[in-house]
Formats: sequence, structure tokens, C-alpha cells
Amino acid sequence: MAELGGDYMLVVGAGKVGWNLTRELIEAGHEVTLIEADRERYLTVEQELEHRVLYGDASELWVLERAGIRRASMVIAVTGDDEDNLLICQVAKDKYNVDRVIARVNNPRNRQHFDLLGVKPYVSATDLILRLIEREVPRYGLVHLLDLADAKIEIIDLLIGDGAVVVDKRVGDLDLPKGCLLISVVREGAGFVPTADTVLHAGDEVLAVLDPSVEDELTSYLGFTGRRGREQDAQLGGPDSRPPGN
Amino acid sequence: MKILIVGCGRVGSSLARTMLGDGHEVSCLDEDPDSHSRLELGLESSWEDEGGQFTVGTGLEIDALLTAGIEDADVFVASTDGDNTNIVIAQIALRRFEVETVIARILDPYRAEWYEQQGVRTICPTRVAIEMLESDLRRIAGGSEHQAAQGDG
Repeated sequence: MAELGGDYMLVVGAGKVGWNLTRELIEAGHEVTLIEADRERYLTVEQELEHRVLYGDASELWVLERAGIRRASMVIAVTGDDEDNLLICQVAKDKYNVDRVIARVNNPRNRQHFDLLGVKPYVSATDLILRLIEREVPRYGLVHLLDLADAKIEIIDLLIGDGAVVVDKRVGDLDLPKGCLLISVVREGAGFVPTADTVLHAGDEVLAVLDPSVEDELTSYLGFTGRRGREQDAQLGGPDSRPPGN
Repeated sequence: MKILIVGCGRVGSSLARTMLGDGHEVSCLDEDPDSHSRLELGLESSWEDEGGQFTVGTGLEIDALLTAGIEDADVFVASTDGDNTNIVIAQIALRRFEVETVIARILDPYRAEWYEQQGVRTICPTRVAIEMLESDLRRIAGGSEHQAAQGDG
């Protein structure tokens, strides 16, 4: 995070996330002000953070101004209220021209509203945990690690299935879809960057950077057949499931 | 005219009854099922019998907005008891559903002013109260030097 050094940051919401985040940012050498609207919580946090925590409702503009939003280069809204997080970031971006905002989404169903009002990136703990579950229980075959929808690029984590056509082939001989690159292979717990001479094994975990439009093609080519075999028999249901070749 | 009112408290319910009485099509959305009874205050028959519509849900739930008929609404009124909720749902109505007239109740005058500039029609009860009190006090204190100096007495 060295490139952020010297920046002034505002963190809104002194819950577990906001408090710990502020502490980490301060330890990393950043200038940070934390804003909390609940008096009792403020007094608790103030014992540790002292002048770096400010009492007030950050959805009121004068509170943001008193906290110095005009010189802030980043605003991070992590309260437990999605409307608050959304509007604080919207105002920071549109009214005060803050370069970077990060919003917390408490209810994943509200993501569409963040998209609508152009507030991004946003972070949803529910989604992060869901991704970890996908990773541990890979009924979908691949895990999205990073989606940059606007830039039309994503990074996925994919398992080479037992019967996949690419098993025992050199990376250089693969017939990968255009717009896709294998960036790392994790084998028996150790990761490395593959070369053209790397031979893929069943059970390899592959990270690929790609254009989202070739995702299905890549998945079917690398031939997901289930991590432990039995997943194949498991019900592939739900709107988000990604059965092989679909 | 079809009017959708989100937030059926004192303001929303009273507005809903008046607009229904004026002959408009009125649909109300509120997360509290009990707010339905507030709509019927002073009515001789039920809200539905009088021609009104009532949906339980919040303005952040797209399904609830659709059930309440946002797609055909000519006017959208955000009158919940939360400024932030009103500002968010007003923008959803404006940007996502492109409702022609969107009005939001915003208590904080400073924010009301900014969102007004962003294209949301706002009603700021705080501003109205301040102006009424100011004008009342000026009248009471009429003829004072200050007022004479301002020349608006």
C-alpha cells in the first residue's frame, strides 16, 4: 500500500470493520479520520484512537466537511446501513470530487442500487464468504477472483478435471480461446507461473486472466469434471450454477 | 394521474387520501403493514374500496416497487421517515424507472439543496419551518431597526 502514502482517508462507521480498518491504516502510516454517529460507540473507540475519531452523522454534509473531505483522496463507507454507505460515497464522488471511494454492501440484493448510482467498488462480506464456499465446494467449476466488468477482464480460478483433454499436455500446445492467458498453476499446494513447456496435470488449479465472453469456452475446454468426482453426481441447481460446458 | 407514494406515515397517508379524493390513481408502499390503517382514517369504507392500492415492502425492493406499479406511475413521492432512504429511492425511480416527476422529502436543508441540483425535486420541511418562523418573528418584532435597515418591512 506504499503508493497510498501521504493520502488522507476518511472511514465512515466505527463498527468492527471500520475500527479495525482504521487501526490497520494508521499502522501502515496513513492519515485517517474515522467518523461514527453513535455517541456511545464513539466514546469507546475514542479511548484508543483519540482525535482520529470524529463524532457525527456522515450522511450530513457539514460533518463530512468538518472531517476534511475536501482534502481526502479516499472515502471508505463501512456502516451497517446500505443507504448511508451508498449516499456517503455518492456525495464524496460527485460533490467533493474524491478520487476513490469504497462502499460496503450489507445486503447483496442492494448491489444493483450501487451500480445504478455509479458507486464502486463495493465490498460485500456475504459475497466474499460465498466465494470461499464456492472455492471449498466447487460445484460451479470455477471461482471468480476478480471481475473488472468495465474493463472486460476477469481472473478466474479453475480446476483441471481428471478426464480433461488438456491433462498431460504442454501449455504451449493448448488450443486456448483467444483473449485468455494462464497466469499461474497451483500444484500440491505450491504455485508457479507456467511456461510453454509446463505440462498440466489433473488436479492442477489454474488461474487465468480472460475476456468474460470466452469464459464458457475456456471452462468447457479445460473440462471441469468435479474436484473429487462425487460432485458430478451432485444436483447442479440454482440460477448461478455453472455446469460444465454451459 | 397515477401517483406512487413510498412511506405511509402522517405525511404520506394524508397526501394519499387527498390525491385519491381529487380523483387520481393512488398506490402506497410501506414496510409496515399497520400503516394501512392510517390510510383509512376518516374514510367511510376501506382504502381499497375507495380505489386505493397498498403494498407492503420497502422502496429498495424492486419487486415491491413493481407490484406497487412504478412502471406506470406518473409521479413518485418518497416520504419515508429517513432522508437517506428517500434520496436513494427517489434516484431509483428517476434513473431506473424514469418516472417523469419524482419528489423526495428531505429534512436536511443542505442536502436537499444539493439533490435539487441533481434533478430530484425536493420538499424540505425544515426549510419551510425555518422560513415560517423567521417571517413570523419578523412580523412580531416589526418596526425594529434591523428590519428597517433591511428595507423589507
